[in-house]
Amino acid sequence: MSATTHTWAARRHPGYAAFLVHRVSGVLLALFLPAHFLVLGLALEDAAALDGFLRWTELLAVKLAEWGLVLLLTVHLAAGLRLLVLELLPWRGARHGFIGWGAGAAFAIGLAFLWSVFGT
Amino acid sequence: MTLWLYALQRGSALILAPLVIAHLALILIASRDGLSAAEILARTQGSVAWAAFYGLFVVAAAVHAPIGLRNVLRETTPWQGRGLDLAMVLVFFVMLALGLRAVVAVVGT
Amino acid sequence: MGRIVRQELDVSIWRGGPGGAQGAFHRYRVPQRADQTVLDVVTWVQRHLEPALAYRFSCRVGMCGSCAMTVNGRPRWTCRSHVGKVAPGGRLEIAPLANLPVIRDLATDMTGFFEKWQRAGGRFVPTLSRADPPVRISAESPQRKAADAGIECINCGVCYSACDVVRGRPDYLGPAALNRAWTLVNDERHGDVPGVLRAVSEDGGCHACHSQGSCTAHCPLSLDPSAAIAGLKRRTLLDLIGL
Repeated sequence: MSATTHTWAARRHPGYAAFLVHRVSGVLLALFLPAHFLVLGLALEDAAALDGFLRWTELLAVKLAEWGLVLLLTVHLAAGLRLLVLELLPWRGARHGFIGWGAGAAFAIGLAFLWSVFGT
Repeated sequence: MTLWLYALQRGSALILAPLVIAHLALILIASRDGLSAAEILARTQGSVAWAAFYGLFVVAAAVHAPIGLRNVLRETTPWQGRGLDLAMVLVFFVMLALGLRAVVAVVGT
Repeated sequence: MGRIVRQELDVSIWRGGPGGAQGAFHRYRVPQRADQTVLDVVTWVQRHLEPALAYRFSCRVGMCGSCAMTVNGRPRWTCRSHVGKVAPGGRLEIAPLANLPVIRDLATDMTGFFEKWQRAGGRFVPTLSRADPPVRISAESPQRKAADAGIECINCGVCYSACDVVRGRPDYLGPAALNRAWTLVNDERHGDVPGVLRAVSEDGGCHACHSQGSCTAHCPLSLDPSAAIAGLKRRTLLDLIGL
């Protein structure tokens, strides 16, 4: 391979940002999912076991983590939908509009989550 | 095989999209009054509909995640070839097992 | 060239041996001139300071694609890169194209790039002889429009150099080869479309693309390899399910 200065300069365009967000959120979600399944599996023992764990969800730190997960899921969905549109429909261009809408949707859903958890 | 993996990845994504939207909506509704086992289980226990919904969700996610991880690992680490493929098949089975166990946990009476 | 403006450019040029051996940036001060291109800068350095500097160019008017290099981190045609536009602060960093082996200094080995062109099914297979009348193809047919959108490619390697999947996977065919494959898939006269679809469905084929779009973002001819690759994905999927 060449001694390259293939730097971030060449990556400063929305399509790359969308890819990075999709990839990072995907990896984080993949790591989270088994933990999620294990927690839900606690209900196999009895409801009390699940309740014991769910008490942790009242901690602020945990609620913020949940909010983070909601954001991760939303942006991964948005970036993924963009890919499906790009690949399955014969459109030209990188659909930059989608990226903006996806980010907006993530923001909106994140806000909705915060409001439902912390709002009166 | 590459084409099949690609088709499975996009196919599972098409299935996951509406399920994820429904799941997000559910989270927003369920988290309003705080989470409790009683509330969650009251909704899901004994329900064939929820079993189908979450069962499908688990299968689609178990297919989608390892194919994606395989790409990430191939491009960012030296790991590739048969060893990586087998590891990803293992990831599929682990996610499927844990996921279906969780479905049984919340749906079983 | 234009009149001398009383300023100097701060220019770093990567120099090194085959495969990047002893590679390092060497710094030069180059007189700034009006209407100067990056190719002018490299030429000035070679003529006045470094006679052994290796670099490639040909037409110097933006038609051949030979002068492509990495300029301030981005792959560009240096003859079409105005210093005033790409280095408004007077600071230039010039390196060989990324993702290709270095021969020496700014000259890269394009052999692998052209091999992938062939491997992606880029060789046209005729079905008629000179005794047959020419095929009547409408320029307005969707297929012909799809082919026309990609045939202006002059294999300059800028898209290949910009692509992060090429960077991460040496076996990836790359945007230029796949763009070419797409033009052949849409060419009614091509005699082996199934062969092209097979070739682009290999490991390292079109399905490795993540639609980052760096290729389209950097193509000096405003081609859209990303859309071509999406087309190949659609076509191979339809083929798979028998449509």
